[in-house]
Amino acid sequence: MQTDFQTIATQAMQFIMPEGILTLFACAALVLDVMLPRDRKRFVAWVSLLGVGLAFASLWILYTSIVSKGTPRTAFFDMIVLDSYAVVFKSIFLIGAALSILLSIKYLEIEGEQRGEYYGLILFSVIGMMFMASSVDLLALFISLELMAVSVYILVGYFRRDKKSNEASMKYFLLGAFSSGVLLYGISMVYGLTGSTNLAKIAAALPIVASANFNPFGAAAPPDMRYLLLMSMILMAAGMFFKVAAVPFHMWAPDAYEGAPTSITAFMSVGVKAASFAMFGRLFLYGLPDLRGSLAGDPASGIPSLPGWALLLGIVSAITIVWGNLGALTQNNTKRLLAYSSISHAGYVLLGLIAGNQTGYTGFVIYLFIYTIMNLGVFGCIIALRRRGIVGDRMEDLNGLMKKAPGLTVMMTIFLLSLGGIPPTAGFIGKFYLFAGLIETGNPWLVRLAILAVLMSVVSLYYYIRFIRAMYIEGETEPQPVTLAPSLRVALVAAAILVIYIGVFPQRLIDLTQKAATSPGLKTYSYQQGATKPAEPATPPPARGMPGERDRQTATPPR
Amino acid sequence: MLAAIILVPLVGAAILGLFGKRMSERVIGWIACSTVAVSTILSFYLFFEHRAALEGGEKLHEYLFTWISVGTFRTDASLLLDSLSAIYILFITFVGFWIHVFATGYMRGDKGYWRFFAYMNLFMFSMLTLVLADNFVLMFVGWEGVGLCSYLLIGYYFTKDFANDAAKKAFIVNRIGDFGFVLGVFLLFSKAGTIFYFNDTARGIHGAFDWAMTQSPDPLTWSAIFGGGITSVAVLLFVGAIGKSAQLPLYVWLPDAMAGPTPVSALIHAATMVTAGVYMVARASSIYIHAPTAMMIVAIIGAATALFAATIGLAQWDIKKVLAYSTISQLGYMFLACGVGAFGAGIFHVFTHAFFKALLFLGSGSVILGMHHEQDMRRMGGLKKYMPITFATMFAGWFAISGFPLFSGFFSKDEILYRSFIANGLPDSWARILWFVGAVTALVTAVYMTRLMVLTFWGRERFSTSEPAPGADSVPGGHEDHPGPPHESPASMVLPLVVLAAGAVFAGYLGVPEGLSGGKITNYFERLLEPSIASLHVMEPGHAQRTPEGTPLETRAEAPARMPEGHGLERTLTGVSILIALAGIGIGWVWFKRKPLWEPPRLLEEKYYVDELYNATVVQPIKVGSTSVLWKVIDVHIIDGAVNGAGHLASMLGSTLRYLQSGLARSYVAIVVLGALLIIGYFVMK
Amino acid sequence: MTVLLALLLQTPPRAGGPPSPGPVATPPIYGYIPIVIFFLIAVLLPVVLLGVSRLVQRQVFEREKLMPYECGVDPIGDARDRFSVRFYIVAMLFLVFDVETIFLFPWAVIYDRLAVFGLVEMLLFIGILVVGYYYAWQKGALEWA
Repeated sequence: MQTDFQTIATQAMQFIMPEGILTLFACAALVLDVMLPRDRKRFVAWVSLLGVGLAFASLWILYTSIVSKGTPRTAFFDMIVLDSYAVVFKSIFLIGAALSILLSIKYLEIEGEQRGEYYGLILFSVIGMMFMASSVDLLALFISLELMAVSVYILVGYFRRDKKSNEASMKYFLLGAFSSGVLLYGISMVYGLTGSTNLAKIAAALPIVASANFNPFGAAAPPDMRYLLLMSMILMAAGMFFKVAAVPFHMWAPDAYEGAPTSITAFMSVGVKAASFAMFGRLFLYGLPDLRGSLAGDPASGIPSLPGWALLLGIVSAITIVWGNLGALTQNNTKRLLAYSSISHAGYVLLGLIAGNQTGYTGFVIYLFIYTIMNLGVFGCIIALRRRGIVGDRMEDLNGLMKKAPGLTVMMTIFLLSLGGIPPTAGFIGKFYLFAGLIETGNPWLVRLAILAVLMSVVSLYYYIRFIRAMYIEGETEPQPVTLAPSLRVALVAAAILVIYIGVFPQRLIDLTQKAATSPGLKTYSYQQGATKPAEPATPPPARGMPGERDRQTATPPR
Repeated sequence: MLAAIILVPLVGAAILGLFGKRMSERVIGWIACSTVAVSTILSFYLFFEHRAALEGGEKLHEYLFTWISVGTFRTDASLLLDSLSAIYILFITFVGFWIHVFATGYMRGDKGYWRFFAYMNLFMFSMLTLVLADNFVLMFVGWEGVGLCSYLLIGYYFTKDFANDAAKKAFIVNRIGDFGFVLGVFLLFSKAGTIFYFNDTARGIHGAFDWAMTQSPDPLTWSAIFGGGITSVAVLLFVGAIGKSAQLPLYVWLPDAMAGPTPVSALIHAATMVTAGVYMVARASSIYIHAPTAMMIVAIIGAATALFAATIGLAQWDIKKVLAYSTISQLGYMFLACGVGAFGAGIFHVFTHAFFKALLFLGSGSVILGMHHEQDMRRMGGLKKYMPITFATMFAGWFAISGFPLFSGFFSKDEILYRSFIANGLPDSWARILWFVGAVTALVTAVYMTRLMVLTFWGRERFSTSEPAPGADSVPGGHEDHPGPPHESPASMVLPLVVLAAGAVFAGYLGVPEGLSGGKITNYFERLLEPSIASLHVMEPGHAQRTPEGTPLETRAEAPARMPEGHGLERTLTGVSILIALAGIGIGWVWFKRKPLWEPPRLLEEKYYVDELYNATVVQPIKVGSTSVLWKVIDVHIIDGAVNGAGHLASMLGSTLRYLQSGLARSYVAIVVLGALLIIGYFVMK
Repeated sequence: MTVLLALLLQTPPRAGGPPSPGPVATPPIYGYIPIVIFFLIAVLLPVVLLGVSRLVQRQVFEREKLMPYECGVDPIGDARDRFSVRFYIVAMLFLVFDVETIFLFPWAVIYDRLAVFGLVEMLLFIGILVVGYYYAWQKGALEWA
């Protein structure tokens, strides 16, 4: 038994060190909060920032010493995997968290809500996100999803005296709980069909379960189990669509984004979204790769073939892109506008999953990376507008900003152009990869989808340029000056430099994300032959069964 | 090393842009000039370091980093130094440096001193990127960069409406051209599968030009333009050149661009940026020689623009407007040269033109400053004695542009006229017409330049020294308050004039046409360029008959063959050119000495009413359309309507959205369930 | 019923016995006798206690005493009365720490097999809870006033 202890201790060092550090600092943030006097609470922010920094450093050490060498390894009884996919996403969350904390310090001061729990909760939700990216087990995925979600529910309602914030939190919580239920339902059905919660085992069992003549009970007239499989896939997709705010599961987003504290809106729109996409990718690319294309039928016995999730995602992403962009056109509240914009961006990111080739996967990861930075930048600029007596979330609050704060205006312009996908900003690189991935497939429908996405990103320019027009052309509506707090300035300048840097020298990031897009287990898909071929010989995680564990092996049909 | 040439001005621009506000004018001037000086020195060093290699046609690639590499598509930030780009960076940095020096004096006392020089340095960066790029995408980055800087600098006096309007006009007209350019690059990529210029084995890159050389030429038919082949590529790229280099019909922005400070006009709108179109066409020469139809279009548009703009220049009163139209006209010459296959001659004219036109513009700037911001030549005259150095240097520019023998413009213009006369690849009658148009233009050029000089420097003094000039167009601050007699400019402005005047006189000796010297002096410029640009086989009259198909194409390997038989014709034509230049100067002298204020025909003074024509056919319809349709219908009814919940489309889209987005959590849940059911239903029913 | 009972009460097969015959056999359920006994005791104990006390107590009826006890709140009144939010906080804290104790039970049962590992693991777990407890305490969640 002593080996178990050693194994787990080493695994804890090797696999979840960043998460461990964050847990420590999250607890420290809570304790510090009650120990510090009221006017010193901003110290907690710096402590949590230090925690994020240390976590990043340990992640980097893990990456250079473990991940970049050889195949990924699983730990904790195949629940956690540490591969490039996980590392890239974890770094996205950590960057997002660091920027969000920097954005928050001054903002909370102005709101008079500077408290340590805030930072503790952010750290806790980041822990959840990080586990979402590296879990390869349905249960672990779900628990980490809930850890993230519960923390964020609280953060959305963090302004206790603000009715809007409370309402947003309540709605988000109710709908979130509902969608978690839907997701869990899907998960339970997948477990029932494949007999495992491990994604690799599920993927291995899929070809059997998805075949038209799967007949586990040896019945005379076999029931078509594929419908059940599809049903569970759709339920899981629905749960994930909710988390990433894809149409028609997006309804909570505008309300929650508008009501939440602006810094939390920023954090939600990037962190929660990226984490949900990380989980989405894990579930669908690692767990259900064979459900992508159509499920072959058996014409001989009159069994029809059924569509796979690529079709579902394609339709949803098309609707999402169109809906999000059109919805944003008429908004006058900037937070609400950005909520719709973030809905449309969710649609773009889905394109990478649909494309199913290396370019698409690279686009999927790189876009989330870039989106995190640029969207936090835009929100940071809006936070900068929060002053005594001015909420700063109306379009008019931007009027004449060029005269008041030219530096801020220029940075905001960079972020907006990046969101619109204009070179030489980073947003262009992301969109380029997503669209190129679709076009590379050569499938006429996917090319049409790419054209639609390009057209809609032109539409999106309309409302991004509305900001620019307000800042440069409109006259000032109120005279109050805009000053940038040092922490906010650091965050914004760092984000702006990153956006430009990635736009001009993208290769380094592309190399990194390409590694994530080729991590073993990810299967690419060619629409030409309609066949699945593994990127590398699919390596089932080395079975490290718990001693005495009764291995309910993957359901193997009796032949 | 190449990267340093580009990056040093960028660093300068960054420093000035970020910290310039708090610096003194002196420091700003030093930073701005020294960065350009570093580039200049580096350019010269590189040129002489690699001179043998460049003469031998070597292409020095400098790979910086890969920007995007997806599938077959790859774009690098990588630079290319061959003789063509070497010549360009030499004169860009050299002329640019002296214009920077001039501007330190010219802009003295202006509130936006730092801003001005930040833009200028940024412009140098963009222009050098454009020229040194080794692929079309990076070239496009520079192409847009110079467009942006041009926009910023034209609208430099942003408090003035006319400057803002001019800046917008330049921006929009250029976008039309850029659209063509981008489409051309797309088409080229779909044909050649690469956006790089040349093969580079070190990186395993295939070049579009090397691809083009393997293609068989398109026939000389109009339908080839729309054939989607190499001719279409060439024509689309040329549309970009038309916009950037201000050719018919997209030239209208350049005269208005004179709203910018005069050094800007000299640097951007005379010497460098506007010649980017010529550079691009010469760079893509291997594409053009496979597209005879496109060549013909280039030649025709070039010749037509040359004549058209020259005649307008004859009738302008604003000294800078005259020079602006003159620039358009000279750019026409350059395209004429490219169109008849004499890319080298075209580039040579770019080179000499950079000197004398920059000189003329700076000279006019000196005059304007000396006259306390007076630009109208009707209120000048007799300035010779007040501004002797300016006069002397502009004198050199005047003779150079008029094609007076042994001045630089003479050699380059003569070469172009000769090459268009013998244009191969074109039917003989076309060649003669092109030559004739060019010759007439040369005459008109000499006349209007003489007019400019006479009106400005000779004759009666038509200004009063007591009051500040009313209606001054250009407003660099600080000078309005001390009226007085015209004065010579400070040393920082005079020195560049002298240097450029030397260039205007002597730059031509780098490329003495071989026909003139009977082949005794090699045309160094042309020999240097030959390896870099593909050329049609030089067909001398009497040497070989044109093949019936009309386009005998040889690669450049055969091009340097000497053909002394043609020298007789060349000398004859040179004689004609000299006569034309002298006649033009003579006519101008006699006519305008006598009647300096002669009213030119209204048609010319009003620039053929082209602006009015565009206003009526393009601007007004768009305005009316956007007012009555976009604004009154779309904006008021649909966009605003959506906000107010009362529009047409809004009631379909917006209010449906609004209805769904009721804010009630239970209805959201209902929608989620409905959505999930719909999806499941669709999948199960399918 | 009898079938269920029989199923529940059967003894587990010996470890290393013959494997179950079919791959999709009904998973056997057995070894639930201790739980059945536990249930019986759980039901019996309160019944016995209440019964004994009813038998031996001295009964005095007053108005206050006859009212059903509900945490100090008047049991009769509008259902939409406002409750003090502290009820919920206390309830939640109770829930959290209650669940923690439940986790301690299985740990204690196989503590000898988990050895140091189990100890460290549980210390971590409790450590995190202590942080939470300290936080709740300092925040004043435990004080009623």
